[in-house]
Amino acid sequence: MSNTDFVLAVEGLTVSFDGFKAVNDLSFYVDENEIRVIIGPNGAGKTTVLDLICGRTKATEGSIRFRNREITRMREHEIVRTGIGRKFQNPSIYGDLTVFENLEISYPKGRSVWGALTFKRDAEVIKRVQEVAEMIFLADLLDKQAELLSHGQKQWLEIGMLLIQDPELLMLDEPVAGMSVVEREKTAELLRRISQGRSVIVIEHDMQFVARIADKVTVLHQGKILSEGSIDKVKNDPKVIEVYLGH
Amino acid sequence: MFAEYTTSELLSIFAMQGVAGLILFSVFVLMALGLAIIFGQMGVINMAHGEFMILGAYVTYLTSELFSAYLPDYFSSYFILAMILAFIAAGLLGALVEWLMLRHLYQRPLDTLLATWGLSLILQQAYRTIFGAREVGVTLPDWLMGSYPLTDTIELPINGLFVMCLALGISLTVGILMYRSRWGTQVRAVVQNRPMAGAVGINTARVDRLTFALGCGIAGVAGSAFTMIGSTGPTSGQLYIVDTFLVVVFGGAASLLGTIASAFTISQAQSTMEFFLSGSMSKVLTLLFVVFILMLRPQGLFSLKVRR
Amino acid sequence: MTIKPASLLPGGNLMGYALLALLLLLVLPLALDLFRLNLIGKYLTYAFVAVGLVLCWGYGGILSLGQGVFFGLGGYAMAMFLKLEASDPESTKIQSTPGIPDFMDWNQLTELPWFWQPFHSFSFTLLAIVLVPAIIAMVIGLAMFTRRVGGVYFAIITQALAAILTILIIGQQGYTGGVNGMTDLRTLMGFDIRTDGAKYLFYYLCVLLLFGCLGLAHYISKSKLGRLLVAMRDKEDRVRFSGYDVAAFKIFVFCMAGVFSAIGGAMFTLQVGFMSPTLVGIVPSIEMVIFCAVGGRLSLIGAVYGALLVNFAKTSFSESFPELWLFAMGGLFIAVVMAFPNGLAGLYNSYVAPHLARLIARWLPATTEPAAVPAIEAKQPQGAQP
Repeated sequence: MSNTDFVLAVEGLTVSFDGFKAVNDLSFYVDENEIRVIIGPNGAGKTTVLDLICGRTKATEGSIRFRNREITRMREHEIVRTGIGRKFQNPSIYGDLTVFENLEISYPKGRSVWGALTFKRDAEVIKRVQEVAEMIFLADLLDKQAELLSHGQKQWLEIGMLLIQDPELLMLDEPVAGMSVVEREKTAELLRRISQGRSVIVIEHDMQFVARIADKVTVLHQGKILSEGSIDKVKNDPKVIEVYLGH
Repeated sequence: MFAEYTTSELLSIFAMQGVAGLILFSVFVLMALGLAIIFGQMGVINMAHGEFMILGAYVTYLTSELFSAYLPDYFSSYFILAMILAFIAAGLLGALVEWLMLRHLYQRPLDTLLATWGLSLILQQAYRTIFGAREVGVTLPDWLMGSYPLTDTIELPINGLFVMCLALGISLTVGILMYRSRWGTQVRAVVQNRPMAGAVGINTARVDRLTFALGCGIAGVAGSAFTMIGSTGPTSGQLYIVDTFLVVVFGGAASLLGTIASAFTISQAQSTMEFFLSGSMSKVLTLLFVVFILMLRPQGLFSLKVRR
Repeated sequence: MTIKPASLLPGGNLMGYALLALLLLLVLPLALDLFRLNLIGKYLTYAFVAVGLVLCWGYGGILSLGQGVFFGLGGYAMAMFLKLEASDPESTKIQSTPGIPDFMDWNQLTELPWFWQPFHSFSFTLLAIVLVPAIIAMVIGLAMFTRRVGGVYFAIITQALAAILTILIIGQQGYTGGVNGMTDLRTLMGFDIRTDGAKYLFYYLCVLLLFGCLGLAHYISKSKLGRLLVAMRDKEDRVRFSGYDVAAFKIFVFCMAGVFSAIGGAMFTLQVGFMSPTLVGIVPSIEMVIFCAVGGRLSLIGAVYGALLVNFAKTSFSESFPELWLFAMGGLFIAVVMAFPNGLAGLYNSYVAPHLARLIARWLPATTEPAAVPAIEAKQPQGAQP
């Protein structure tokens, strides 16, 4: 395996659950500053791919390299610390804490036990939290308990919790699911803005939304790549139309 | 250490030890089945399970007393009736407990653990108040006494055989119920996806209540069978409860086969070691062994590997 | 803009601690005779366990049903030291082997076992009280938490550990004193622990140590680590994928809870004068959980009151209506879980605190604002455990 310029290089990735291959000999590469969208029918293995990259599921075979560093066997928090952030499908935030505390916990300082014990909420932290809160449209709600946010706001909060870590690779699992049209617009704009200086992998079903943000689209089907390329190429691929988009 | 025994003596010892292990295994299976059904269904360990068992034992005791006082002619068959009554009594109490308590706590499994522990204290004291602190024993009908000589040196106790058959019968019944009946399909549907099961018209609350009642009912039968082996006191349920929990956890949630396999492993380990070591040390080693295996394989012996 | 973090600690203000200190250091010693005060001291040793459980269970969502193990380890370590001191060759000269504890002699042991040897040293004993439970908790934690064992599984396994230790202690009576435990403890470095003066001294020492643990626990709960524990209880995966080693935090908090329990156990031995397996097993371990639950699983101060009240009730009930006690205890378990999941602290916050705030506001119209009760505290811990 040679060194590459790619941010993320996935090669020959396979995972099997009791013989069922959810992801089967998958290879793809993500470039610097690229927004990559993964689409595909349900059960195609999209979420599993993200799970594999961030270490939530361990690969049966194959390799995942991040900036030429093998991360396939690393533990989850170590992968995060190399610079990979991941948003879950359902908004995954800490309902008992305030928006401020949610962001503060995600701030990448004091991550060890001792560090967390001695962590101080200094001016820098507060400034950074406010900065991110501005970006995700929640600057006025810092003191609000996160449980009480709307669904869309929770999605943004989780994106913010990733942003505050300033990851080099951001992975979002259906970030606009359950959002209103206005919220979708705002989110698309947010994604465009935050993808400056980092690579993003997005799983999405909404083709309009995909068309707005994607640099490159990968279509998964039964754990394998069905098609890959620009949105127009993928949209007109007869195989994709057959299994996913419909006639 | 075997030098002082002859080969045939050794063989007999191992055979008898094996039989003792099989009886312990049957008791474990009977106790664990009900708990496993409840654990598989609700993800909750019923801490009062031992007390439901003891309820079955007391019902058996009462039935035996009633028969010897009023129906001595039919005494030989009281045991069958007693088991049915034990099942009904424990099942009804289970349904009541589910309705009053557990259904409010499904979102909080750890709290259910504490609440059922409270229930077990109350039941223990209730037994003590009603039946007294002394242990009671039942008189077995003649056909359950004695033993069946297999060879000159190996004897099979008949009550042990009966417990084994009972364990086998109940496991088969539960297996058929869970995997071949419509009700079993509903239970498994609710376990896998509660909201969806509700959406397709399964009355999930009713399924829960029936499952819990069935689990408790089986505990009652187990208690009934238990009277053949030992006497019954208000706190007898506590004696075996940790083993039973471990059997269930070790077997993996929601897997009847796993429960039976783990009951087998644990009972054989314990009865084999009891031959070499003191009772308490073999118990300690068995428990440590189970805890150790659980650390290596937290999901239990049998469980599906799925995307979390 | 000012950031006002919602306090996660009901009654976690200075006032609450001051009132508790006043009660324990002044009011109770003045109001009660020495016998009763010694009982309070005994109850307070359980409060150590309850405070540990607030961190571990209330904040971390890790329910341990085996805290008696740590209580016992601390208690037995102290008891071993005292027993050795009580078994000097002079006072055990009627034994067939003088100089070893009486129960060893009864069990035909002729030599002090190797693991008893270091307990001749008081400084070793003190170290062992803290380190042995910490190491054992760490081993258990490493094995369990790194393999993601949690929830009901962890509870059952810790319960099994409590059973194991009890069976071991009872079974190995030559080494442990068996079911009777270690009795007939007399002096601590020549200082008679059975005198009135010693009882007062140990009571105050117990209170001081308890406040030490409370302070430490308070600091932890208020630090980022405390918020992380709450976050983990809620969405463990999110914490993990924010770059935290979730297992390390759980191990830490489980170790802290274990060490607190062990200190409580050691103080138990000193104040009550014996240690026995009845304080280690399944039943005492789960009762310690109820002390914490009654006080309010998120309230450190509540844990102390919970331990005091439940034990006080237990003593007075058992004296007058022994048969009713188990009913009451069982009812308490059910009631606290079903009706008052936040325990006394929850009741205080929702009913008493607002009244107090109003009263204070009336008497001191000049004060700026009444102590606000953050919404979080009144919230039921629905779905608190994964």
